[in-house]
Amino acid sequence: MPAGFITNLYVFVLAGFVGFEVIRRVSPLLHTPLMALTNALDAIVVVAAIVIAGRHGTALSAALGAIAVAAAFSNMVGGFLITDRMLRMFKLSGRKKQ
Amino acid sequence: MMPPTAQYLTDFAYIAAIALFILSLKWLSSPATARHGVLSGEIGAAIAVVTTLFNPELVQFKWILIALLVGTMIGIRLGLVHMTAVPQRTAMSHAFGALAAALIGISEYYMRIPHISKFEMTEIALEVIIGSLSFTGSLIAAGKLQEILPQRPITYKGQNYVSLSVLGAAVVIALILILHPTRVYFFPFMVLISLIFGVLLVTPIGGADMPTVISLLNSYVGFTAALLGFVLNIKVLVVAGALDGSSGFILSVIMCKAMNRSFTNVMFGAFGKLQVSAAAEKEERTVRTASAEEAAAILGAANTVIVVPGYGMAVAQAQHKVRELYDALSKKGVDVKFGIHPVAGRMPGHMNVLLAEADIPYDRLIDMETANSEMPQTDVALIIGANDVTNPAAKTEEGSPIYGMPIIEVDNARTVMVIKRSLSPGFAGIDNGLYYMGKTLMLFGDAKAFVGDIVRELSGGAHV
Repeated sequence: MPAGFITNLYVFVLAGFVGFEVIRRVSPLLHTPLMALTNALDAIVVVAAIVIAGRHGTALSAALGAIAVAAAFSNMVGGFLITDRMLRMFKLSGRKKQ
Repeated sequence: MMPPTAQYLTDFAYIAAIALFILSLKWLSSPATARHGVLSGEIGAAIAVVTTLFNPELVQFKWILIALLVGTMIGIRLGLVHMTAVPQRTAMSHAFGALAAALIGISEYYMRIPHISKFEMTEIALEVIIGSLSFTGSLIAAGKLQEILPQRPITYKGQNYVSLSVLGAAVVIALILILHPTRVYFFPFMVLISLIFGVLLVTPIGGADMPTVISLLNSYVGFTAALLGFVLNIKVLVVAGALDGSSGFILSVIMCKAMNRSFTNVMFGAFGKLQVSAAAEKEERTVRTASAEEAAAILGAANTVIVVPGYGMAVAQAQHKVRELYDALSKKGVDVKFGIHPVAGRMPGHMNVLLAEADIPYDRLIDMETANSEMPQTDVALIIGANDVTNPAAKTEEGSPIYGMPIIEVDNARTVMVIKRSLSPGFAGIDNGLYYMGKTLMLFGDAKAFVGDIVRELSGGAHV
């Protein structure tokens, strides 16, 4: 078993609990933006894809890495964009819209 | 390997990103602070990406920059879709997330071979299998939501056995690879079979079950990213994946409860469709109908109204007319609220977004529990495009397929109005006894047109 595994397991379990506690407080009103935002955060795999696309390696791994960069980065850009668009629409009754 | 300074720098940047990601989700808890959450997430992601671009291991940038550019263009395109298309956009983004994670896992395998331990191989195999099946599964879900593929469940005899055998084959190949990681020729088959399993997993699922499926795929994609973090030993992936995975998991549980499905039923993807009750011919029952004029008179005279919208409202694109109705009634001093069932719409929270887009203030949108506690003091419950989520059979008829499913108890309101095209049953094929109750008025017609007619009657009356 690699040494890093146990440390990563600690991180995973703690992050899972933090996630559970934080996300369970999100109002059902915002469940769609929640999913869009977590998609955008999950797109952080792009950092791994960048390293694979750009490091010294085979042409195959560079090509797979580049496709992964495009796929993950589209989620990052699109996810933040649509979350913000949705959240801007949520208004209270006090404020009048034009 | 990276020089130590560069490694520390990367680690600090990723730790900052992790903190900002958690804050991002924390701020999302209320609409008032939610947009800070987006900003915080963006800053965290930007810090992580920019730091990675300075990684000294990188030797070529051309393809990275091209890929970032392509990703930006696709992202903007998918970020600007219409709000009714958000469920299929979400499914597409699950597909992209799964694709990225699976490709990275595949690339790692070929990079590490032949120096790969059994343990590493286990992690990679698991990651690639879940990533691949989530990729095709999400594509099928997106196709169904976009209505490129049929929305109805596609089933055949012995389906579960076929699907499980395919999954079994992928697992067997994975086991062979774990025991003999250098048998490179097995690897593409494992990927291919996992891709096929993803198709088989989602094809049998109908449109109305999509909120659960999307949540479940969301959770799969999150856990794939976390597994990738284990494979590559990058903790920011472990954390982001755990957050995304637990979010999808929580939403899946909420959707399950709202549909009264057991959790194991969902975890193994054995959604099946609800059994259509073998109901014999029903005796002729009478319904009371009303015109737009009568409906407007009753609504205008009410003190409190709860509107219960369903996916049918979105299909009819009636949400803007519904806003006009809200405005007209509010002007007359009627207290109008919207009671939203958790599975209304095609993904969790979808109905709230559609109503918010139509400029209905979010403090008017109430959840199922609140709606049910206010229902007995409500003069009129107006149902637009919803069916099964209001069916009293869920509470009273033990034999009914939807028995036990939590519903919005509109039958407790003083008057019930249902806008519906015809008396045809909902997706579960179950007759709705609500329509035959003495206090129920059926308003037959297209949701958008009918609501428009009511608004016209209301504003006509206001002029005098």
